[in-house]
Amino acid sequence: MVDATPKLSVRNLTVRYGDKTALDGISLDVLPNEIFGIIGPANSGKTSFLRALNRMEEFDTNMTVEGEILFEGQDITAVRNVYALRRKVGVVFPLPVGLPMSIYENVAFAPKLAGIRKKAQLDDIVERCLTRAALWDEVKDRLNALGSLLSGGQQQRLTIARALSQDPELLLLDEFSIAVDPVTTMRIEDVLKELKDEITIVLVTNLVQQARRLADRTAFFLESELVEIADTEELFTGTVKDQRTRDYVEGRFG
Amino acid sequence: MPADVQADALSSSIADDLNTRGRDWYIDRAVSVGVFVGGVSAIVFIIGIFVFVTREGLGFALGTLDLKEFFTSMNWRPTSERNPTYGILALMAGTASVTGLAMLVAVPFSLGAAIYIAEFASGRMREALKVLVELLAAIPSVVWGFIGMSIMNPLIIDIFDVPVGLSVLNAGVILGLMAAPIMTTIAEDALKAVPDSYREAAEAMGATRWQVVFKVVLPAAKNGLMAAVLLGVGRGFGETMAVLMASGHAINIPTSPFDSVRALTATIAAELGDTARGSDHYGVLFTLGIFLFVVTFVINLTADIVVKGVGKKQ
Amino acid sequence: MSMFARTALDQQNRRVEWLVKTLFLMMTVLLIVPVVLIMGILIQRGAPVLSWGFLTEVPTNGMTAGGIFTALIGTIWIVTVALIASVPIGVAAAVYLSEYAPDNWLTRAINLAIINLAGVPSIVHALFGLGAFVVFFGFGRSILAASLTLAVMTLPIVIVATRESLQAVPHAFREACWNMGATRWQTIRKVVLPNSISGILTGVILEVSRTAGETAPIMFTGAAAFLPFLPQGVLDQTMAMSLHLYVVSTQVPNGPDALPFGVALVLISMVLVMNASSIAFRVYLRNKRKW
Repeated sequence: MVDATPKLSVRNLTVRYGDKTALDGISLDVLPNEIFGIIGPANSGKTSFLRALNRMEEFDTNMTVEGEILFEGQDITAVRNVYALRRKVGVVFPLPVGLPMSIYENVAFAPKLAGIRKKAQLDDIVERCLTRAALWDEVKDRLNALGSLLSGGQQQRLTIARALSQDPELLLLDEFSIAVDPVTTMRIEDVLKELKDEITIVLVTNLVQQARRLADRTAFFLESELVEIADTEELFTGTVKDQRTRDYVEGRFG
Repeated sequence: MPADVQADALSSSIADDLNTRGRDWYIDRAVSVGVFVGGVSAIVFIIGIFVFVTREGLGFALGTLDLKEFFTSMNWRPTSERNPTYGILALMAGTASVTGLAMLVAVPFSLGAAIYIAEFASGRMREALKVLVELLAAIPSVVWGFIGMSIMNPLIIDIFDVPVGLSVLNAGVILGLMAAPIMTTIAEDALKAVPDSYREAAEAMGATRWQVVFKVVLPAAKNGLMAAVLLGVGRGFGETMAVLMASGHAINIPTSPFDSVRALTATIAAELGDTARGSDHYGVLFTLGIFLFVVTFVINLTADIVVKGVGKKQ
Repeated sequence: MSMFARTALDQQNRRVEWLVKTLFLMMTVLLIVPVVLIMGILIQRGAPVLSWGFLTEVPTNGMTAGGIFTALIGTIWIVTVALIASVPIGVAAAVYLSEYAPDNWLTRAINLAIINLAGVPSIVHALFGLGAFVVFFGFGRSILAASLTLAVMTLPIVIVATRESLQAVPHAFREACWNMGATRWQTIRKVVLPNSISGILTGVILEVSRTAGETAPIMFTGAAAFLPFLPQGVLDQTMAMSLHLYVVSTQVPNGPDALPFGVALVLISMVLVMNASSIAFRVYLRNKRKW
């Protein structure tokens, strides 16, 4: 394997909400063009990790972030234009969100933020992203319909289309399949497998089997700690360093 | 190109992107300043009211004002040539009597209406009643004053066989009708704020509707209800035109509801037009204004604290 | 005895329930009925004077005849200037409170100030307007001074209505935009504000209605009892509907009986129509859900 510089380098990351510690001194690397899985029970810090990556503490006065986060070697806690950072990072939340505007405008939102004005270009981006998100066929005749009135599965694919429209370097998914039917989940998983060649993906999931299907390497978070990281197959079948990992993976808790 | 040089080229362009502040960044900052200014404007205006009213009244307040006379004397004779006196006791009695009667009339009916709307009325009926209450609250005070003068006045003279219909009774009833819709709305909000789980728990134990209301909902909402009454009092206290037109013009302490009285607010409205800027009469009216400001400020503050009491309990 | 048979206690409870419910209904009705009656009397006694001419002619003959045109135009002037002054500040304040304000003492102070602004007696607002706009800022008795006084007084209405409609927009929409790299302002401009316009409009209509009906704040700051001409600019004085009602009912003793009733009727109709349309607008919008 090529010795690549990590896409994301996290050192001693600590996230707190008031007195509560959500993440305690986490350090890890995410390599380019891999799907990096994160598994763990509720409240282990997985969502806080993603929020810190996207500098979302700006919008939450209760949240403090300490430690070092390097994105392509850049310390993102010190960037001068944090919005430019977020434009390079696509995020998909657990609850599907269709913005209350047309489907077209939903997907054109991020490109317009980036300064793209020409209708032909926007049309192209909208079609490409909706296609890659496996939604184009269902909505191509009603692009003017409100995105917020689509079904849950469609809204989740719309969210992915929006994330793709950012032409992101990094895609973060937080338990994307919770509110979505199994068929849509399968379709989105196929999309992720295709995207791996172009984008780096961090996949937080509570479905242990989903990590096993998709992730190249997987990390196990437990109660604000990073317990261990390993190649996914190793984690699930081979020798794990920590008994807690084995217990979680085998379904004894969480 | 070897992989690491390629990576360096890529990361330096990313570094540029992440560290260049575009127009959007600056606009966002400007907007956040702008809305902040808008936000603090409320504080600026409240302070401004106090400052400018005090400014005009300071001359009198620091000079001619005799606090003992002000608060304890019944003699309000600012226009007297030889011996002007500035006692507001009679005026305060006027305000107190009218507001007191208004509350006597309005509080029971407002609370009753609020309870009906919040606890007993069904969907359509409730919507219709809320709309009606809202429309009632919108009637301007000068119209209420006119109603007092032209409808209530002859009515009172007829029914009670008294010589004059502009009185405590007239203004009190009018003020009551004015304050009631507002108190009803706030009280209804307070009742609605009581969580349904309280009601469900009581009903599960076999209580009837009215038992649930009296024994569970009302006690739970009592802070909000008290605030509603306080705000009603504040509204009555500060009302100007309706009281000016309906309470009569006699400056005295009323001994019966049929007596004419003059309220503090009405006094300012009635006399300000005839004063010269800088004169003592002008100054005392502004001083009255400061007094009114402080009292309503205290009432509003108290209502706010009383309501917060609910939050702490939970 | 069967568990489901009606006990005597049951029946008594049922009766008390009915009594209580009826009692409260009566109280509600008693609150509303007097006003309905009053409206009836106003209509009955004011109708003789009403006509298209009433609305379009100026008062004549010491205000005992003619119409109310000057006062109507004056009210329109005052309301318009007051809106221009208060809506931008009010919306900005509401945006700050809803989208930016942290949970600290300053925010609590602002909220307290808003409640107090709304609670200050109207005559004290008049004194403020006199001391600040007429005297200190030197506008003299003018539409400008009167409108600004009213703007300060009705600011809370716009702020509260706007803030409520901003807060009704689900937080998830904002998060989605922020995560895509939109700034706070871009999110507000593209998603939050467009979906709150209706609430803002409701607040504006309420403010217009309140402004049109207020008398005390404009009595000493720019409204005059009688002027033989229409205002030409914001520094002119003007007549106004609310003050006109006061003047006609207290200072014009020789006019026809129906005249003040007619003025009252026009004023109250204006106010009620505006409020009713704001309510209808709200109901209409509630059925046009976008999420």
